[in-house]
Amino acid sequence: MRQPLSAINDFVVKFANVNGSGSASANGLFARSILRMGIPIAARNIFPSNIQGLPTWYEVRISGEGHMGRRGGVDLMVAMNPQTWDRDVAEIDAGGYLFYDSTKPMPKSKFRDDINVIGVPLTELCNAAYSGARERQLFKNIIYLGALSTLLSIDPAVIEQLLTEQYKGKEKLAKSNQDAFHLGRDWAATNLPPIGLRLEKADKVGNRIYIEGNAAAGLGAVYGGATVCAWYPITPSTSLAEGFEKYAKRFRTNKDGTKNYAIVQAEDELASIGIVIGAGWNGARAFTATSGPGISLMQEFVGLSYFAEVPAVIFDVQRAGPSTGMPTRTQQSDVLSAAYASHGDTKHLVLFPEDPRECFEFGASAFDIADRFQSTVFVLLDLDIGMNDWLCEPFEWDDSKRMDRGKVMTAEMLESGREFGRYLDVDGDGVPFRTYPGTHPNKGAFFTRGTSRDRFAKYSESGAVYVDNMERLLRKFETAKQYVPHPVEKKAARTTPYGVIYYGSSSAAMQEALAALQADGIHLDAMRIRAFPFHDDITRFIEAHDTVFIVEQNRDAQLRTLVMNECNIDPAKLVPVLHFDGTPITARFIRDAIGRKATSVDVVPLRKAAP
Amino acid sequence: MSYLKPALKHPGLPKNALGFTRRDYEGSISTLCAGCGHDSISAAIIQAVWELGIEPHRVAKVSGIGCSSKTPDYFLSSSHGFNSVHGRMPSVLTGANLANRDLIYLGVSGDGDSASIGIGQFAHLMRRGVNMSYIVENNGVYGLTKGQFSATSDKGSKAKKGAVNNDEAIDLVAMALQLGATYVGRSFSGDKDQLVPLIKGALAHQGVALIDCISPCVAFNNHEGSTKSYDYVREHNESVNKLDVILGRAPITAQYAPGDVTEVTQHDGSVLRLRKLHDDYDPTDRVAAMNYLARHKAMGEIVTGLLFVDPEPEDMHAGLGTVATPLNQLGDDILVPGSAALEKLNAALR
Repeated sequence: MRQPLSAINDFVVKFANVNGSGSASANGLFARSILRMGIPIAARNIFPSNIQGLPTWYEVRISGEGHMGRRGGVDLMVAMNPQTWDRDVAEIDAGGYLFYDSTKPMPKSKFRDDINVIGVPLTELCNAAYSGARERQLFKNIIYLGALSTLLSIDPAVIEQLLTEQYKGKEKLAKSNQDAFHLGRDWAATNLPPIGLRLEKADKVGNRIYIEGNAAAGLGAVYGGATVCAWYPITPSTSLAEGFEKYAKRFRTNKDGTKNYAIVQAEDELASIGIVIGAGWNGARAFTATSGPGISLMQEFVGLSYFAEVPAVIFDVQRAGPSTGMPTRTQQSDVLSAAYASHGDTKHLVLFPEDPRECFEFGASAFDIADRFQSTVFVLLDLDIGMNDWLCEPFEWDDSKRMDRGKVMTAEMLESGREFGRYLDVDGDGVPFRTYPGTHPNKGAFFTRGTSRDRFAKYSESGAVYVDNMERLLRKFETAKQYVPHPVEKKAARTTPYGVIYYGSSSAAMQEALAALQADGIHLDAMRIRAFPFHDDITRFIEAHDTVFIVEQNRDAQLRTLVMNECNIDPAKLVPVLHFDGTPITARFIRDAIGRKATSVDVVPLRKAAP
Repeated sequence: MSYLKPALKHPGLPKNALGFTRRDYEGSISTLCAGCGHDSISAAIIQAVWELGIEPHRVAKVSGIGCSSKTPDYFLSSSHGFNSVHGRMPSVLTGANLANRDLIYLGVSGDGDSASIGIGQFAHLMRRGVNMSYIVENNGVYGLTKGQFSATSDKGSKAKKGAVNNDEAIDLVAMALQLGATYVGRSFSGDKDQLVPLIKGALAHQGVALIDCISPCVAFNNHEGSTKSYDYVREHNESVNKLDVILGRAPITAQYAPGDVTEVTQHDGSVLRLRKLHDDYDPTDRVAAMNYLARHKAMGEIVTGLLFVDPEPEDMHAGLGTVATPLNQLGDDILVPGSAALEKLNAALR
């Protein structure tokens, strides 16, 4: 027997459940109660593409230090699913704990001798207290929550308070849940010895908020002034459109019940993006939310947006491909299909938010960028950010900020005699003026089409006219470099030949890995990329280092390809660090992968990272 | 080749209520083949908008891809136009309509654009009841790619090079009726007297209006054996009624026998005065219209005229409950909830 694991406010609890058993509510209460005790957590759902019956996991990382990435490994497994018992038991770190329903005896061979087993006769307790089948199933979850609260020293008042809030107006339900909670709690207090994992009240959460990225992005779209949302349901993006709907309903409904927004559930992704482009052409801020398969379907329209110069915003909540792939697993695998979407010479503006806070921020600013550059802006979330609740800095808004509608020529400007050429580069920045339909009785109207037109939108198939336009579009893209969110650089404690580039949801794990690597004697300057086109700082950063790791959650090192291509970098200099099994990247993985390839400055040569 | 017309106008040209001549509603010079039915439809559109006295810039023209979809460049040059993606005019127009419900939307499409690649978007736009006029310039053939059958080609009809079409034709009128369109007509590009009032009624209609306009392709589908040729359509055309569109409440001046005239007042006050050509045809009965069409199609007739109208249609915005002000005119004050609301929201997320 290994020494039982011992930790305060720093361990990983994983719940193995059956989808549709009502466990999500109990597990959510578990997570929130820890937050309310002032201890940071990072919680993640690992769920199947199914409504009922398949295995689902919920992993809660408790981190007094505030690490928000997945750590890797499990210290306490709450094994409630017989289907996945063997692999759940196998996943527990040596010295860790297995919490299970001991009603039905299990053969000794089903356990490991290097872990600590905690049996609670949940079914028996439940059957004794409840008679209905659904009641037994639901309260079983609350009973294990009660038992865990005793084992881990969760303040029972916090959970009681959460139950009261959850069942506000349904006092009877609140009471029965509280009873079940205490049933489990009391049983554990009487029958179980204390364990090495413990929670202690802290003050590490501060004023941070706990929200999923999709809801945050939907809220961002409300703040960004979006009025038209057209979408087609697809995991894992659905809750983004639903988030927009929820917040728009709250903030954009008039007293007479009319709405200052319109949401259309379209027949497919082609129609979704078509509606967005039609609305954008007509001067409304419009967006769609989708995932990889939707991006594939939207390709032709995205090209039209590029050439016809129509603003559009696409939130792409990335998942593992393809259509019949792993829709409930996370990846960063749409980087290239977004950046170079469509046929012909096209490239698009792409934003990479790192957490729900940036989902909100970029969710709003994407509309300014789209209007300013009259083009599609992709906001690339992923399932990990989008569908998991994250602890992040609170949302902020500057009330003096106004929507940047870009270069729009008004009736007054036309009336004053300003020359209007739809594709005329009046300022040398590649960005022309546009007019909204219906602006002026006899000035400013034009016929929108792809490229077969001149600077004044008159039909032309002349090669020179085509080239002139294509070069202007490149100038426009160059202008955008300064306007999109700049990369964020974090210097190592000492001078180093190593750099690391990362983006999106890898950020949390990367922060933690950087600290761990530094402790290993491996120093890295780090740069988080937040947007494409790439700012010149990115090229400078790479040139300043001998080796630059690029950490990504896809197989083909897509951002690395984009960097090589757009910044003209020698591929040998860019070392890919790739995690693509569909689970969120972990600090342990990054530390190990970089640790194997970089040399420590410490006297002891290359210290292997923990497995 | 010049695509600009001289701006010079004869001072004696007739003017509409707004003081515009028909020339004010024209567009660039057409690049279609001489004799193309589509050019007649463009002329009918110009005539209809001029007669209705609509300010040209209040119209937005949207099309897909194909010969028909090129035509919005050839009329209403003071209107914004959008030549979008093949088969996707309906979604682009839906989005445009969502952004600004105050403009008059004219969607121009073809049989390939709407019945083949765009059949899905066609169907869903009808279901949604987008307030627009949807004109299909239907020639049963792919013109720009030189003569392939389209999905509206009749079974058994012959291509120019002799191939026979084996597939059943899609009847967009029948589909529109089934999918809830609230103004459905069929016409022929060679019958301006019928087409102009149909377009006027459609433009005045406050819901989704479909006009399936058979428009012979002189280059690839105007031969013996085609069911979309000028000769064939003239021979088989069975018009159910003759339409006059009256704005405001103009009195009936012509003398009709009792029961010969049906008047339908549309939501915007325009009156559709229908002179019956077939005794048993009631254009306000959707199910009867569907039956009539099916029966007469079996008899080899091409039924034209105003086939169905619902004078009190519900459009997409009614279903969505959108505010009356066009969404593209709402400012920061209405759209952005501000920092105080955000602070409250933050508090609820702790």
